[in-house]
Amino acid sequence: MSAVDVLGAPGPPPVETAAWRRRARGLRGLPLQAKIGAGILAFLVLVALLAPLIAPYGQNQLDFDNILSAPSPSHLFGTDSTGRDVFSRTLYALRVDLAIVVVVTYIPLPIGVLIGAMAGYFGGIVDSVVARVIDVMIAFPFFVLVIAVIAVVGPGVKGVLIGVPIVAWALYARLARSEMLVMREQPFMLATTALGYSRRRAILRHAVPNLMRPCLIYSTLDMVVNLLLLASLAYLGLGAQPPNAELGSIVADGQSTLLTAWWVATLPGLVVVLFGVGAGMLGDGLSDGRLRGGVQ
Amino acid sequence: MTALLRIEGLRVEFGDGDAPLVAVDGAGLSVAPGEVVGLIGESGSGKSLTCRSVMRLVPRPGRIAAGEIEFDGRDVLAMSAQELRDFRAHDAGMIYQDPFSSLNPVYRIRDQIAETLRVNLGVGKADARAQAVELLDGVGIRDPERRALSYPHELSGGMRQRVMIALATASRPRLLLADEPTTALDVTTQAQILALLLRLRAERAMAVLLVSHDFGVIAQVCDRVVVMYAGHVVETGPLAALYTNAQHPYTRALLESVPELESAGRRTRRPGIAGVPPELTEVLPGCVFKPRCRHAQPGCEAISMALEPVSEGHETACPVRPFAGTGSAPTARAGAQR
Repeated sequence: MSAVDVLGAPGPPPVETAAWRRRARGLRGLPLQAKIGAGILAFLVLVALLAPLIAPYGQNQLDFDNILSAPSPSHLFGTDSTGRDVFSRTLYALRVDLAIVVVVTYIPLPIGVLIGAMAGYFGGIVDSVVARVIDVMIAFPFFVLVIAVIAVVGPGVKGVLIGVPIVAWALYARLARSEMLVMREQPFMLATTALGYSRRRAILRHAVPNLMRPCLIYSTLDMVVNLLLLASLAYLGLGAQPPNAELGSIVADGQSTLLTAWWVATLPGLVVVLFGVGAGMLGDGLSDGRLRGGVQ
Repeated sequence: MTALLRIEGLRVEFGDGDAPLVAVDGAGLSVAPGEVVGLIGESGSGKSLTCRSVMRLVPRPGRIAAGEIEFDGRDVLAMSAQELRDFRAHDAGMIYQDPFSSLNPVYRIRDQIAETLRVNLGVGKADARAQAVELLDGVGIRDPERRALSYPHELSGGMRQRVMIALATASRPRLLLADEPTTALDVTTQAQILALLLRLRAERAMAVLLVSHDFGVIAQVCDRVVVMYAGHVVETGPLAALYTNAQHPYTRALLESVPELESAGRRTRRPGIAGVPPELTEVLPGCVFKPRCRHAQPGCEAISMALEPVSEGHETACPVRPFAGTGSAPTARAGAQR
């Protein structure tokens, strides 16, 4: 930071501090909605990470003396038909589900952005081919494809880990491509050509960082979709196999006792809802900020 | 003097081969080393396309259909991809009308300038950053050490245009293509940017091709002027010759439509040019300006639009010469240039 040293002691405040403050102000300046959403997600992630410390019981710890007992201080979410503590099971399930959701959301994202960026940048035949492939991927019934993959690789989370990214990149590619078609005509992209930069540099260094923003905002919604997909598959018995817990499989277990012990299915379900609300608020808040403070 | 840039018979077309729309039709001009040439015309006259053609940056689906573009004896249109990149990186720089989107919003301005130094000149990382600050200082950014760490959205339009100029001239090109660089700026900032261009030209012997629709801007900085109308060059000549002795009716009409300080308060209407420029789909035989020309005569629809010499370096596409011998200054501004 020789530039700072040259500046000397008197005069304006040190540059790095000023820049840092500006950055911090930027975060504080986020819409309240985004902050609440981020808070909810952070809370869920923290709880999931600390599951072994927080959970009062093991996830598969049976207790036949306390079958289907209602929520109480000793069993926050009550117990299920074999006396397992639903709260503990939910924490462990959340751990598994969040890990999978993050993987199946953020592995396809950079792949999709890159493909979409190239299609939009090059245009012509490359773009036509990619756009048609994207259309096909998106038109294909997502759920059926994932189930088909599971049919091949067998039940368990492996099917989701393989099946979802096969399709999900197309969503990001479509978004990145449409943004790129607009950005390509922006003077700063024209400038990368006029400055003699390689196309590789123009796409990777100049276009992609700008495309990441809308894609990251979209990914908050995608995470919700993926969590619901995961819960649905687990509910159908295609997710993590018993006795390991997933949010969907806990709900499925509780379904048969819903009328007598509502808590078994309802409370883990509400955790899914909480995640959805948090991610939705974060995404909404970020896109508001984008419109307000926006990049042209 | 041999020209640094020579454009001849440039033709830019849009659309399919059978019935293309011709946006630039046979335009030609030349820029000598260290010279500032103004390219003036209305919207849609093809001036920006001509300027962009030099970098082979005609926006799709447009294409350069014919013509020659020669930079320092090298044929720009025949360059391979690698030669073209090299040409863009080292020999010519370009700045644009819209300083609000011509810098990448996600990088600090120092890093954007340092990037071009590193990529195009092979300067090391720390050196590039230090040089970037120097370049910012060189384009008149105050407190460059601090400003260098700003993001583009933190700067005013005038400052962004200065940064853009620093970026485009970082690798010391011999030619700067300035496509309406001051149009989006207020008049004070405009004057500062033009002064900066003149200073850079003087310091580095850098030639400038300045595209503008504003005779005021052209008059402040240019050595020579090229007037375009509907894709054709209609008149070209030294600034003084064009101001005092314009031979083409379009140039005269343009000059007469410029308001001047002396007319302030006097309720005289500036004469406009009747009508509108032709659409790209209209193909006019002969002189393209004839429908709007006050001096049109029978036979104008049969002329070739070729430039004919008037005097040393002064050429016009109008063979009728309605002003031949008058020689008087068409506006009071002519006396007030520079």
